[in-house]
Amino acid sequence: MPNPIQPNLVLRVAGKMLIPIILMFALYVQFHGETGPGGGFQAGVIFTSAFILYALVFGIGPARAVATDRVLRVLAAFGVLLYIGVGIASLLSGGNFLDYDVLGENAIEGQHLGIFLIELGVGFTVASVMIIIFFAFAERGARP
Amino acid sequence: MGHFNYWIVIYLMMAGFYIMIVQGNLVKKIVGLNIFQASIFIMFISMGKVEDGTAPILVEGTTYYSSPLPHVLILTAIVVGVATTALALALVVRINEAHRSVEEDEIHEQDKSF
Amino acid sequence: MLLLGFLAITALAVIHLRDLFAVVMLFGIYSFLTASLFVTLDAVDVAFTEAVVGAGISTFLMLCTLALTARREKAKPARTLIPLLVVVITGATLVYGTLDMPDFSDPSAPVHTHVTPRYIEATEREIGMPNLVTAVLASYRGYDTLGELTVILTAGIGVLVLLGYRKRGEKR
Repeated sequence: MPNPIQPNLVLRVAGKMLIPIILMFALYVQFHGETGPGGGFQAGVIFTSAFILYALVFGIGPARAVATDRVLRVLAAFGVLLYIGVGIASLLSGGNFLDYDVLGENAIEGQHLGIFLIELGVGFTVASVMIIIFFAFAERGARP
Repeated sequence: MGHFNYWIVIYLMMAGFYIMIVQGNLVKKIVGLNIFQASIFIMFISMGKVEDGTAPILVEGTTYYSSPLPHVLILTAIVVGVATTALALALVVRINEAHRSVEEDEIHEQDKSF
Repeated sequence: MLLLGFLAITALAVIHLRDLFAVVMLFGIYSFLTASLFVTLDAVDVAFTEAVVGAGISTFLMLCTLALTARREKAKPARTLIPLLVVVITGATLVYGTLDMPDFSDPSAPVHTHVTPRYIEATEREIGMPNLVTAVLASYRGYDTLGELTVILTAGIGVLVLLGYRKRGEKR
C-alpha cells in the first residue's frame, strides 16, 4: 500500500512541482464553473487527486497532518449544511426553499450568490468524502 | 443507422451484465457493474446530443445547444457512482478479511460449513 | 463511432482476462474512452467529471482493493451457456425497445422539445450565467443536487463505518 517512496528523487521533485498546480487548477474549476465547464463536483475530485498524489509520494503520515479525521468529518458535514443553510436562508428571506432570487438585491445577483455558495458546499463535501474514503482504504492496508 | 449508438450501448450493458452473472470474483463483478453503469451514462448523453448543436455554454451566434438536462443528471450520477463503488469495494475488503477469499463459491462453501 | 468500437473491444477484453490488475487498468481505459466520447457528444462538463472520477479515483480505489485482496482471479470451469442465453435474450428485448426511440441527434426528439428549450431560453434572463449545466444543476434542479450530495455523504459514512473504525485501545 502507499508507502513513502523515499529514495526516488524524481518522483519527489515532480510531485512537489505538480501538487500546487493541481490544487490551483481545482480552485479555478471551482470558481470558474459559472462560465466554463466545471463546478463543485469536479473541483472536489481534482482536489482529492492532489492529496492522493501527495500521500503516494510522501507517505500517509505527512498527509494526515493536514487532513486529520476531525477536520475531514467536520468539512464533509459542513458542505451539506452549507447547502441546506442556503435553502433555509432563502426560506427566511421570503422565497421558496432553494429559491435564490431573494438572496441578493435583484434576482440575478441572488442567483449568482446562491449558486456560488451551493457549489462551494458541493466542493467541500465531495473533496472531504473522497479523501476520507482514500484514507480508509490506505490505512486499512497499512495495518498489520 | 439512427440507432447505432443505442445498440452499442446495449452491447456494453449486456457485457457488464454478463460479467456480473458469470464471474465469481467480487472485484470483477464490481468492474462489470461499473461498465454497465457507464453504458447507461453513454445512453443518456447521446440522447441529449442534437444535430448542429454545440456544448451547452451560451455563446453569441449559436442557437442550437445539446440538452443540458441529461448532462446534469449524469454529472451527479457519476460522482454518486464512485461513492457507491467505494462502498462496494469497502464491503469486498471486509468480506476478504472475514473469509480470506473474494471468490463467490469459496465464500458459499465456508458459509455452508458453519 | 471509432470510440464506440474501442469501447466494445475493451469490454470484451475485460470479460476474457483473468489478471485482475489488467482488468482494472482496462477499466481505467474504458472510462477514459467514455470521457472522450462525451467530448464528441458535446457534453464537456460530463466528460471532465468522467475523466477525473472514472479514470482517476475509481481506478485508484480498485487498485487499493486489489492490494488488500488477491491479484489473480482463480480459474474455474464456468457454466456460460445459461447466462449467455439470458444476456442475449435481454439484449434482444432492449434492441427491440430501441426501435421506437427517436433517431440519434434528432432535433424533434422529446428530450429537445419539452423542458430543454425553456432552460436554454430562460437561463440568460433569469440566472445570467453562460454555463447552462451549472445553472440547471445548482438552480433549476437544486433539490436533485442536494439529494445527491446527501448520498455521497452517506456513502462516505458507510465506508468509514466499514473500514475506518479502530479497535478499542488502538492508537494511530
